[in-house]
Amino acid sequence: MERLNPTARADRYGSRINRVQSPWRALTVPYVTIMLGSLLPVLFLADVMPVVPPIAFLFLIGWRIMRPGLLPLWVGVPLGAFDDLFSGQPFGSAVMLWSITMIVLELIETRFPWRGFWQDWFTASLAIVAYVVVAMVVSGASMTPHLLLAAVPQIALSILLYPVFARMVARLDMFRLARSRRIA
Amino acid sequence: MAPPSSRHSSYSKKAQYSVFTGYLLAGLGALLGAGLLALSLWQPSSFAPLRGAANDVVAPAGEGTAMVRNETGNLFDAISGYLSAGSQNAALREEVELARIRLEEAKSVEQENERLKALLNLAEGEAEPVAVARLVGSSSSSSRRFAAIGVGRVDGIEVGMPVHSARGVVGRILEVARGSSRVLLLTDSESVLPVRRAKDEVVAFAEGRGDGLLRIRLINLGTNPLEEGDLFVTSGAGGYYRPGMAVAIVSEVTSDGAVARLIAEPSATDFVSVEPIFEPEAVEAAATPIEEPLAE
Repeated sequence: MERLNPTARADRYGSRINRVQSPWRALTVPYVTIMLGSLLPVLFLADVMPVVPPIAFLFLIGWRIMRPGLLPLWVGVPLGAFDDLFSGQPFGSAVMLWSITMIVLELIETRFPWRGFWQDWFTASLAIVAYVVVAMVVSGASMTPHLLLAAVPQIALSILLYPVFARMVARLDMFRLARSRRIA
Repeated sequence: MAPPSSRHSSYSKKAQYSVFTGYLLAGLGALLGAGLLALSLWQPSSFAPLRGAANDVVAPAGEGTAMVRNETGNLFDAISGYLSAGSQNAALREEVELARIRLEEAKSVEQENERLKALLNLAEGEAEPVAVARLVGSSSSSSRRFAAIGVGRVDGIEVGMPVHSARGVVGRILEVARGSSRVLLLTDSESVLPVRRAKDEVVAFAEGRGDGLLRIRLINLGTNPLEEGDLFVTSGAGGYYRPGMAVAIVSEVTSDGAVARLIAEPSATDFVSVEPIFEPEAVEAAATPIEEPLAE
């Protein structure tokens, strides 16, 4: 018998025979990546100025923009509270700012349902600039021109890294939806 | 990208309600966050136990990254050392000769100092450090400058204790949890440290600017006596820090003081030691309202 193409019964999430998606994986991956993003900046030692981009926030807007409707609108409350435990910001700052971000991104989405990547990047850049600056204002630090100047490299780095994070989110989404569970 | 499902509210009452509920919950969440934020700005220590417990969990992971950080730092130093080895060697040899002479002089001064202190009945020596630890992490994505160390209440750490490295002052303890503590670094914009010029009695405050430099604000206004390269040490005022610990070197003179560079950069140090508060009575007295008499 002629040998069948081995990928004939597979799609990009894996073989469709005998395999289903794992509900655990499909539901937890976004939350786990965002929470790891909260933990990661703790391990860097920045004594001069903020240098590490807000990784958790980048993942949050990445998942929100790439997969609309996956994260519930109120997700800023639990994830923001977790981020506040580690970020060094006063408790409540990420709870408030992430909730507002989710609402604003939802409004943008209802206004512009058809978007391209450039527009997404533009939206994300605006969100990053607003988030970093407002987080600085509410951080309890006394505002000086030097403080604002010191945040510029962090903002620039975060904006430039957004496409990388979008790619990572896309990869993680493939992993999330991979047919990993075997059914007998 | 097109929305994966039709996400505008339809004629279905259920769909409309779920959209509305989402907005409502997110709005309430934002309000809740604003309330928590106001509370923690008003009472900064109100969520310290929560944060402390969380940091206790992460601190062991920080030990590993701290070790890697030190090793890579040493590697870069070694490589750059090779590039300028020859000319540096000659210069260093000359410097060591001079330093030896100065050291002997300093020893005699120290001895004289001790003798004079003995005459005055001043018992004062090097404080025994409470603990020695690695800097295990920092708030590297926030505009505040905090660091974490892997020792806490069980090691005898208390709020306010000064933290310094072999080179000089790093900061002071801000919050203490069971097995980890948070350090307010000198570069934070809320950090203020009383200092004096090492060679005379010009007193000033060293305030963090938030961009890694310190602002030296002179207490006595008048002609600015500072010059580039002046060394500032702790003055001991306020009671937290033992006097004479190196803090910063002036890099730029301004009209009302100077801008100074840190001597003990936290990212370049591997171990820091936590010392007891220099004069606990003075700290307590400063915290007591004027109307209340000090308990003897």
